[in-house]
Amino acid sequence: MIKFCMRIFSLIALSTSVLFFLVSNSFAGSPTKVGFVYLTTPGDHGWTYAHELGKQMVEKRFGKDVKVSVVENVPEGPDATRVIRELAKQGNEIIFTTSFGYMEPTLKVAKEFPNVKFEHITGYKRSKNVATGNIRFYEGRYIQGVVAGLMTKSNKIGYIGAYPIAEVIMGINAFAQGMKSVNKNASISVIWANTWYDPVKEADAAKVHIAEGADILAQHTDSPAMLQIAEKKGAMGFGQSTDMSAFAPKAQLFASINNWGPYYIKKIEELRNGKWNTGDGPNHWPGNVWGGLKSDMLVISKFQNMPADVAQKAQKALDGIRNGKINIFAGPLIDNTGKEIIPAGKALDDGALWGMNYYLKGVNGKVPG
Amino acid sequence: MEALILTIIATSIPLLLAATGELIAEKSGVLNLGVEGMMLSGAVGALGAVLWLENPYYGIVAGALSGVLMASIFSIFTINFMTNQVATGLGLTIFATGLTGLAGAPLVGKTIPSLPKIEIFLLSDIPIFGSILFKQDFVAYLSIAIIIFISFFLKYSKSGIILRAVGDDHQSAHSVGYPVKKIRWYATCFGGLCAGIGGAYIPLVLTPHWSEGMTAGRGWIALALVVFASWIPWRIIVGALIFGGITIAQLVGQARGWPIPSQLLSMMPYIATIIALTMISGRLSKNNSVVPASLGKPFFGSQ
Repeated sequence: MIKFCMRIFSLIALSTSVLFFLVSNSFAGSPTKVGFVYLTTPGDHGWTYAHELGKQMVEKRFGKDVKVSVVENVPEGPDATRVIRELAKQGNEIIFTTSFGYMEPTLKVAKEFPNVKFEHITGYKRSKNVATGNIRFYEGRYIQGVVAGLMTKSNKIGYIGAYPIAEVIMGINAFAQGMKSVNKNASISVIWANTWYDPVKEADAAKVHIAEGADILAQHTDSPAMLQIAEKKGAMGFGQSTDMSAFAPKAQLFASINNWGPYYIKKIEELRNGKWNTGDGPNHWPGNVWGGLKSDMLVISKFQNMPADVAQKAQKALDGIRNGKINIFAGPLIDNTGKEIIPAGKALDDGALWGMNYYLKGVNGKVPG
Repeated sequence: MEALILTIIATSIPLLLAATGELIAEKSGVLNLGVEGMMLSGAVGALGAVLWLENPYYGIVAGALSGVLMASIFSIFTINFMTNQVATGLGLTIFATGLTGLAGAPLVGKTIPSLPKIEIFLLSDIPIFGSILFKQDFVAYLSIAIIIFISFFLKYSKSGIILRAVGDDHQSAHSVGYPVKKIRWYATCFGGLCAGIGGAYIPLVLTPHWSEGMTAGRGWIALALVVFASWIPWRIIVGALIFGGITIAQLVGQARGWPIPSQLLSMMPYIATIIALTMISGRLSKNNSVVPASLGKPFFGSQ
């Protein structure tokens, strides 16, 4: 008898919860549920922190009209699939997956939940319900190159990269283009950390660069460790993703700041108006947002710790990219083995940037792999 | 070259300290896999203390205390409640990762003064060697002092021999009247103390800020180092320097453009660890006496 009662009770409980779920999901005017997947925590003060600031802008703009859920510290790989699926199950209508390595997991879960919209950050694969968003980080790198070329005394630039993927390589090449526009004698040597985030390793790489004679450092990894070492050892460098001048008041020349907020807001707005789309197949290319300095997705912090004339030239480069006068990858482009990539009068298009697996002139060594 | 050697030494010190502490714990028969967690606690404790008291030396003390606190939690469970050491150690690391993330949240974005270098009079003026050996920070000197101390302690002091006896055969040690549990408590807490200072070294010297999970797996390498050293203290110095050396060598190789893939170079420290472990376990099967015989076994006696 008790068993029977329990069964009836659990049946009632189950059906009520299903009913409640259905009602709560179909109720008009309910907040839009938005999910975010973070690689580390906002405590990295770099990449994920920049996304956190974007998320805060979303919350400020929409207030009670959105309900945001965040999952932090999600490793790239099978764990990511599980987390993204869970967010989709919980009824999030749009899910932002904020690291390159979430590309396949995002596509996989998107197939299982055709009604949920996915926005994968920095990826290049799209589908019917997966759009991508990215920032033209390389535009900031060009300005870094200009400043580095003017500021270096040893003509040696140390660059710390995370992984040898196109996004990082195009940053190095853009840096080289900026550097060569003001200084033909300087060269860049690259250390791959093979991790996005390991403060001690990033610090070690910075120390090695300085020991090898570099006096200007640039990074494409996530922590402020490199700048702290620069500060301590009297070298200079550039902040990554967020303004890191608090960590290196004397060493930071400027920071390229990732400004994700406006993009998030735009996409959520589109979803709420029923206008969200990924463009047309097969590539859905128009569904790709790739904004830079012009659209304020990339912002340059104050130029500091440099003479006025250097700051002026940096500002000129910034304005040039904004108004389209400077095309960073305009020909003639020659790679560092002497091979011509593109002749004068032509320029690389976006597709070619994503295929970069070579260093341009001015960079030492070879792309690994 | 000099700068590179200094970098290698700095990279090795957290490993050296954490491994030394773990060695003492293991010699008493306690396998504490929570080294990573104790290091993280040390790091966050040190940073908090320095921000509060504005003196990097308090950071060392706070790091040590945080490590001891974590080790005490481990001891209560494994020694008093006789839980499984492996599971409890893993649990401690997971717990500490979360706890330090929470405790460290208000510290994010703050930076602290580094530990100053101490120059030893006259000796620091010797070319090359002077600045490498005699122009280090306090923790570097301390870690060498600890290694020398425990080498003698384990070999020549009565307490050291008792400690080893407890680790080798806790039943016999108990029947002779030694307080097995008390000794293991002390040894585990010493392990926590060293791991805490090792963790504290990361924000105090290497990267003076807090970021979550900033030890990035160094606690696990410290555990491997103990086996690598086959429980002999001075070999930890060698192991830590080899590990630090390979880590830095692969970075130098990239900066100088040696024609070796960077991924392969990044693997090197771990390959070296695996090779060392295999070589040692090969030797162990022939001569089993280096491993503390009661390692990892809970003691069910009364005290």
